[in-house]
Amino acid sequence: MNAVIISSRQKPFVLALLGLGLVLPFAIYPVFLMKGLCFGLFAAAFNLLLGYVGLLSFGHAMFFGWSAYITAHAAKEWGLTPELAILAGVALATLLGLVVGWLAIRRQGIYFAMITLALAQLMYFVAVQAPFTHGEDGIQGVPRGRLFGLIDLGDTLTMYYFVFAVFVASLLFLYRVVNSPFGQILKAIRDNEPRAISLGYEVTRYKLIAFVISAAFAGLAGSLKSLVFQLASLADVNWHISGEVVLMTLLGGVGTVLGPTVGGFLVVAIQDYFAGIGSLVIIIQGIIFVVCVLLFRSGMIGVLTPWLKRRGING
Amino acid sequence: MGDDFIVETRSLTKEFKGFVAVSDVNLRVRRHSIHALIGPNGAGKTTCFNLVTKFLTPSRGQILFNGRDITHTQPAAIARQGMVRSFQISAVFGHLTVLENVRVALQRKQGLSLQFWRSGDCLNELNSRAEELIEAVGVAEYRDVPAGELSYGRKRALEIATTLALDPEMLLLDEPMAGMGTEDVKRTAELIRRVSANRTILMVEHNLSVVADLSDTITVLKLGHVLAEGSYAEISNNPEVVEAYMGSGHGDAAGGAAGHG
Repeated sequence: MNAVIISSRQKPFVLALLGLGLVLPFAIYPVFLMKGLCFGLFAAAFNLLLGYVGLLSFGHAMFFGWSAYITAHAAKEWGLTPELAILAGVALATLLGLVVGWLAIRRQGIYFAMITLALAQLMYFVAVQAPFTHGEDGIQGVPRGRLFGLIDLGDTLTMYYFVFAVFVASLLFLYRVVNSPFGQILKAIRDNEPRAISLGYEVTRYKLIAFVISAAFAGLAGSLKSLVFQLASLADVNWHISGEVVLMTLLGGVGTVLGPTVGGFLVVAIQDYFAGIGSLVIIIQGIIFVVCVLLFRSGMIGVLTPWLKRRGING
Repeated sequence: MGDDFIVETRSLTKEFKGFVAVSDVNLRVRRHSIHALIGPNGAGKTTCFNLVTKFLTPSRGQILFNGRDITHTQPAAIARQGMVRSFQISAVFGHLTVLENVRVALQRKQGLSLQFWRSGDCLNELNSRAEELIEAVGVAEYRDVPAGELSYGRKRALEIATTLALDPEMLLLDEPMAGMGTEDVKRTAELIRRVSANRTILMVEHNLSVVADLSDTITVLKLGHVLAEGSYAEISNNPEVVEAYMGSGHGDAAGGAAGHG
């Protein structure tokens, strides 16, 4: 089944990935890796909603971007240590998730997407107007600071391992959520909502909790990103980001645990690799997206998983 | 009056933009009976059914369950009070396995369903009960198959197992035998009879013949009104019913019903 990407049989596979994550910064530019991890986490958080509840949010940039702003502001103006600055950002994203979720969750399909988009646009214009975001300039020169007041994150490699640790812990947590008793009900709601109601479940409560968890982790991804690049800007709250996360999730494989991360890395890689050709990047992205949707509906990981499983059985 | 009836509707009415789908229906379902709601297409059976389970809100009238007014209660809350419905289109969770489908229902009483931080292993304690239930409806050999891959008849059987997992006081079945072949109809009728012990069943059916032997009471609806109510013998001898519902083929319909047993 979809959810069981990490079964006990696949443990060696997961350990290999972990090992890879530890040595990769010696081979590949760490800042690029960190960007991939941030967007990978963002997509994984988004996938909790799309893949396991069947809700397409088109406003996740507001959690990502606003959390980035708060973390940047807290680190720069209030002088908070990075973990507290991140916590502040995530707290706001969680709260925002609760309000937006409460408003949007009663609607389904395109209406749900439209309400989330509208609220995200609203929050975008708040970001344009609010003085502390510094408008077009954004919050620049955000200090990475010392983790717990001890470990200097100014060093790129140290920062990488911090981001990697947060990423792994978050993914494990999301995996746990999907496979918890709660996750089981989420999947039931995704498959057949009226039936879940008829069995006595208050489905709006389950959807709202999933929405808030998703918003919180989207926020965490944004916070990390603002520390990695030492910048929080309007680009982070822009609706482009909401669209990109849909793209990442679908490319990697919706409803799989690792898929969205793979998709996140892929999109970031395309953007970096083709950065030289300017706005043509969007066209290339579009073409890749169309090809993916036509050729592998279930995304990269969705296509790879059966193949890996077969190999696992053979080996 | 009163305690003898588990469900009672008073002047139940549902209008859709000027069209009256259900009009002034007073339905009383006797405890521990099998009660069938029949009628030709467009008679308001399914609307009536959706009103009782609160998937639709009545325009006027009152619904009582165990003497309690549930006219304004949420559908999920009604399920928790012991009244569980099925659906016309077989309602299973397609991506979950047969066992998991039943476990979703068992999970509710376990009370851990909101705990998103807990490992899914705690659900395994429900497995033995879930296995009993899928054994009882005859789908045990498909335990680990995604429910979406089952045949139509087996999906319906699984749906009944899932419903029974809640141990409801009252079951509402929406055309449980719609679209089934003769073999499946027989098996499902047998299953319904078996699970009706100590329970009340209200079922909607299009076809009179399949409910003939099964039901204690039959209510015939026509154009949103109650046309007649009584045992199969009473109903099938009612000239109004014969004319409105069975047409001239009445004798054949009754004969066919006996044949289906």
